[in-house]
Amino acid sequence: MESLRRAWLWFDDRTGLGGAIGPIARHAVPPNSASWFYVFGSATLFAFMVQVATGVTLAFMYVPASGDAYQSLQFITNQTTLGRIVRGMHNWGASAMILLVGLHMIRVYMTAAYKFPREMHWLTGVVLLALTVVMGFTGQVVRWDQTAVWSTIVASEMAGRVPFIGKWIADFLIGGETVGGATLSRMFAYHVFIIPALLFVFIGFHLYLVIKNGISEFPKAGEPVDPDTYREKYETMVKSKGVPFWPDAAWRDMVFGFIVITTILLIALVIGPPDLGPPPNPSNIDALPVPDWYFVFYFAFLALMPPAMETYLMVFGPLVVALILFTLPFISNRGERSPLRRPWAVAIVALTIASISGLWAIGISSPWSPHFHAKPLTAELIGADSGPIYRGGMYFNDKGCLYCHKIDGHGGERGPDLSYIGDRLSANELTWRIMNGGLNMPGFGGTLTSQELSDLVDFLKTRTKH
Amino acid sequence: MSEETKTNNDCSRREFFAHISIALGSLAGVMVAIPVVGSILAPIINKPKPDWRPVGALKAFSQNEFVKVNFVDASPLPWSGVTAETAAWVRKTGEDTLIAFSVNCAHLGCPVRWVAGAKLFMCPCHGGVYYEDGSVAAGPPPRGLYQYPVRVRNGEVEILTSPIPITTV
Repeated sequence: MESLRRAWLWFDDRTGLGGAIGPIARHAVPPNSASWFYVFGSATLFAFMVQVATGVTLAFMYVPASGDAYQSLQFITNQTTLGRIVRGMHNWGASAMILLVGLHMIRVYMTAAYKFPREMHWLTGVVLLALTVVMGFTGQVVRWDQTAVWSTIVASEMAGRVPFIGKWIADFLIGGETVGGATLSRMFAYHVFIIPALLFVFIGFHLYLVIKNGISEFPKAGEPVDPDTYREKYETMVKSKGVPFWPDAAWRDMVFGFIVITTILLIALVIGPPDLGPPPNPSNIDALPVPDWYFVFYFAFLALMPPAMETYLMVFGPLVVALILFTLPFISNRGERSPLRRPWAVAIVALTIASISGLWAIGISSPWSPHFHAKPLTAELIGADSGPIYRGGMYFNDKGCLYCHKIDGHGGERGPDLSYIGDRLSANELTWRIMNGGLNMPGFGGTLTSQELSDLVDFLKTRTKH
Repeated sequence: MSEETKTNNDCSRREFFAHISIALGSLAGVMVAIPVVGSILAPIINKPKPDWRPVGALKAFSQNEFVKVNFVDASPLPWSGVTAETAAWVRKTGEDTLIAFSVNCAHLGCPVRWVAGAKLFMCPCHGGVYYEDGSVAAGPPPRGLYQYPVRVRNGEVEILTSPIPITTV
C-alpha cells in the first residue's frame, strides 16, 4: 500500500493531474441539480463510450470493401467469439444514444437551461445531435446489405433535389455515378474517422462549457434569468449551498449509466444484432429499403407529403429545423426558466413527441407501399370457382389490384379497402374508375380487354356487406 | 523590448514574427488540403467512360415482353464484388429495335418491378407506377422512367453503362 501511495505521489508531482482533475471532479454544483432529471447527458456519454469500444472492436474484424464487407459481417455475427454480442451492443448502443440524446434535449429545453450564459452549450449540443444522426445513417450503410445499398441510393436521390448542386452532392455521397467499389470505403471513412473525430471535439467542448459556466440549477417559477445578475447569483448560491459534483451528484449518473449499459448488453444478448438482409447486389430489385427505427418517423413524414411539396421539404425541412434550433438561445436567452411559466415550451415538446410517435406508428406499417407479397385471393374468398366472378377475382390477383387494395384482409393498403365496394359504387362507376384510374391509381383502360374489365366489375359488385 | 526597434509605419519585430507564423501555418494547411480535397473529390470529377455491355442474344428476347437484364457498371473496381452489378428493364419493340429502362424509380431511386399481368412498372417504396412506355401512371414520380441507350451488334443486345439517374430540380 505504502509503495502504491508513493508511486501516486511521484506521478502527481510530475504530472499535476491530481491537482488538475480533483477540483473539477469535486466542483460545487447547485444542490437541486443533483437530481434524476440531470442524468441523461452523462448517460448519452456512457452510450457513446460503449459505441467507441464496440466500434473499435468491430473494426478489428470488419472489411470495409464493397465486395467483402457483407461476408465479413456474416463472419463477425456467426463465426467469431462474442462478435455477435459486440455487433448487437453497437447496434443497440446506437439506439440508446439517439434515445438519450432526445431525452437530454427535452430536459434541457423544458428547464430552459439554454438561456444565458449557456447558449453555447445548446449550440454545441445541436451540432452533437446532427453528428449523432449522421452516425446513425452511416452506421446503417456500413451494415452493407441490400437495404444499405438502396438506402444510399435513396439518400443520394434526396440530396439530388438540392438546387444547382444536387447532382454533385449525390455523386459525392455515392462516390461516383454508380454504387460500387468506392461507395463503402467512403462511408466507412465518414463513420469511423470524420464524424467520430468531430464528436470527440464537440463532446470535449460541450463538457468544457459545463465546467466553465456550471451545471444549471433546477429552475424555480418566479426566478427569471437576468443576464446582468445571473452569474453573480449563481456563484453566490453555489458557494453557500453547493454540493461537490463527485460524488454527491455523480452517483446518480453512475447508477443510471450502469442501467443503460446493462440494458444495452441485455438486449444484445437476448435480441442480438439486426439481421443482415440479402447481399448488397444493386441488380437484385426485390428490395424495400426501410431505415432503422429512429429514422422511421422522418421516412413516414416524407412519404405522406404531397409530391408537389416534397422537394422543398426534403431540402429545406432539415435546414429550417436546424435554423430554429440554432436561433433558439438567441431568441430567448433571458426570463423564466421553469416549465410552469412556459406553457408554450411544454406544448411544443408534447406536440413534437405526439407527431413523432404518430409518424412512427404509420411508418411501421407503411401503408403507402404496395404489398408485392400479398396473399392472393382464393376461390373461397371470391365465392365462386368458375364463371365471370371467379375470373374477375383471379384478374384482381394478376392485374396488380391486390398489391394496393385489400379484400377481406388480403392485399395492400395503398388504395381503399374494397371489401364492400359493391355497396358504394355501381357497375358503371366501377368501370369508369378502373378505366381512368385517379389520384394514386393508374388507369387500366389501355391494358384490360373488355372481357377482363366486365369480369372484374362483376367480381367487385359481389363485394357487399350482406 | 521590441518597441525600441519600431519605426513609424513599420511593423515591429514581434508583429513580423506573428505574421510570418500565421502565413506559414496557413500555407502549410493549403499545401496539405490540395491533395486531400482533390483526392476526395476525384471520383466525382473524373467521370468513367461509358461502355457497351452485352446482355444477351437478340433471339432470347420475346417481342414486347420486359426482361430484367444484369450487367456490370461503368467503373468496376477489383474489390467491387456484387456491387458492380446493375440492371435494366429491356423490351424488344421491333425486329431489331429494343427499349431499355433504368430500374431506378424517378422519384427516389427505389427499384421498380415489372408487373406483367397489369402491364405496369410499380415501385415498392412510395407506390410510383409507370406504364409500359415508361410514362408516369400514378403516384409521386415527377417524371417517367429514365431510358438507357440500347443497341444490337451481331445479334447481341448491348446496353450503354449509365449513371444511376438522379432526378434534379
